[in-house]
Amino acid sequence: MDWLIEFPELGRRDLRDLRKGIDESFKSFSREYGDSIETFFDPLLYFLIWLEKLLLSTPWPLFIGIVCLIGWFASRSIKIVIGSAISLFLIGYLGMWEDTMSTVSIILVCTMLCIGIGLPIGILMSRSDRAQNIVTPILDVMQTIPSFVYLIPVVMLLGIGKVPGLLSVVIYAIPPMIRLTNLGIRLVDKEVLEAADAFGASHWQKLTQVQIPLALPNIFAGVNQTIMMSLAMVVIASMIGVTGLGQPVLKAISNQYLAMGLLNGLAIVALAIIFDRISQSYGKRLQSYRGGHGE
Amino acid sequence: METKIEIKNLYKIFGDDPETMLQKVRDGVTKEELNDQFNHVLGLSDINLKMPAKGIQVVMGLSGSGKSTLIRHINRLIEPTAGEVWIDGENVLEMDEKTLRDFRRNRASMVFQKFALLPHRTVMENTIYGLEIQGMGEKKAEKQAAHWIERVGLAGYEENYPGQLSGGMQQRVGLARALATDADILLMDEAFSALDPLIRTDMQNILLDLQQELHKTIVFITHDLEEALRIGDQIAILRDGQVIQQGTPQQIVLKPKDDYIADFTRDINRGRVIQLKTIMKTPNDKPGPELSGEMLVEDAAQLVTESPSSQARVTNDAGDVIGVVGINDLIRAMARPDIESRLEEL
Repeated sequence: MDWLIEFPELGRRDLRDLRKGIDESFKSFSREYGDSIETFFDPLLYFLIWLEKLLLSTPWPLFIGIVCLIGWFASRSIKIVIGSAISLFLIGYLGMWEDTMSTVSIILVCTMLCIGIGLPIGILMSRSDRAQNIVTPILDVMQTIPSFVYLIPVVMLLGIGKVPGLLSVVIYAIPPMIRLTNLGIRLVDKEVLEAADAFGASHWQKLTQVQIPLALPNIFAGVNQTIMMSLAMVVIASMIGVTGLGQPVLKAISNQYLAMGLLNGLAIVALAIIFDRISQSYGKRLQSYRGGHGE
Repeated sequence: METKIEIKNLYKIFGDDPETMLQKVRDGVTKEELNDQFNHVLGLSDINLKMPAKGIQVVMGLSGSGKSTLIRHINRLIEPTAGEVWIDGENVLEMDEKTLRDFRRNRASMVFQKFALLPHRTVMENTIYGLEIQGMGEKKAEKQAAHWIERVGLAGYEENYPGQLSGGMQQRVGLARALATDADILLMDEAFSALDPLIRTDMQNILLDLQQELHKTIVFITHDLEEALRIGDQIAILRDGQVIQQGTPQQIVLKPKDDYIADFTRDINRGRVIQLKTIMKTPNDKPGPELSGEMLVEDAAQLVTESPSSQARVTNDAGDVIGVVGINDLIRAMARPDIESRLEEL
């Protein structure tokens, strides 16, 4: 009865060959195409560097002012504006301004990428059940696979640096954007859609005048989630060369610098809260018509 | 009367294999059998209807009778299993995608039971929706829409969102939106059914007022016989996907085709349906107010009561006296129909 106790596993040698085979073929793939893929992402790298430099060269009062202004227009809440100003000031006062700017720049680029890629995919999913059946399991994998695991092929392909870090953040942060876009469009009232049909709206007119506007609160929840998740991923991505608040945290872990880790960690939390409050209250204002108390 | 919309041999079967089932239905399989044995739903079965131009055609039926399915075939929101829908010499069911879109944009607009307004748009933005789809410029569209907003009595609410309005007001927006496109066919799917009785009467009045001047071809779906009799020029009664009777309101009330319809009409206020010319007697010399033959019995009763001779002289469109009605005739008509013999004249 040995065969019941011993699992019928692949022979040790076969297993090694299998792993080796996969590794080798991926290595030769990355030797073959790594450079061209890297070139492909060059514009992204330049943009990221440009944005980071821009933020760093912006006088700090101006930056805080702009954040407050955006906060005001998005939320119309003086509490959020003051809270943002104080936390940004504290971050700078405690010597984390430069790292914070790097992090903000990578979050901004990542969010743009996630919206730019996620929105069309979400729309496609909402229009076809087949697309939904294909994309959903991929999203499931992206969300559950430990992020360290997909750092390996990214690094093998692109090395260590900003772009691979950015890509890994995008992979981690894009699923909610796609899911919520899909969900939002699918939840649009069937009767309103029928009315659009009855008035002779084309597919494009329906999408831009009815479906996306009505799905906007959900889409915005997706953007919000994406920002939150990319902030969470920034620390892990710093392992492969992403600059910003993640690196001091990493350093603090390996050297047991409690205060350093705590401060940088709290800076990330502060950023997260600022982004979250601003985008959430904007999302809520988008739905003001639903409550019956428009402006 | 000129026919605007003609529906010929229209069938709609819901299910996986409507084509095969169609043959069975044509061979005489009933709705119940189709449902029980073949798991298909017979939505519409051999509908033939001619809808008058510039008139209000009411399609009446209880829920599940197929009336909403029927109206959606006129602008083809639902594809039929078989049949034809002719409008102005064109078969809607054979239009290609672009022609159909143009037809929906310019020639037939629709009002929905649950309003189906765009919640993120103001009253004005909702009203110009159809015009926007037509591709009209914003300025012109808003000018045109403002006229209709005013006509349905919503002036001053242009910047409100639908969520801020009551049901009746929301449906006025729905009506304004449909009228704004200038289509000559207006499809109304239980448009007033979701409203309170008082508001419903209000909306019926608005519709009848507008129709006096617009002369659109209106297809009006309802489950309410009172409403059907009040606004319909023609009524078709639908049951289990089949037309069981069609005719004028008087014909429906006075000559119900079967017990099913008779059940409906039993509680109806006949005085509001029957016209004087239906119950008048041969003219005599007694004096009395001259009333139009199309006046309703209920309206005449008041006037005749006040007349010393207790009778009225009935005139035709040209003003000639064609008969008389006495107060007794009016009461009899309202109470219990004793006029079977006169129905041939209808």
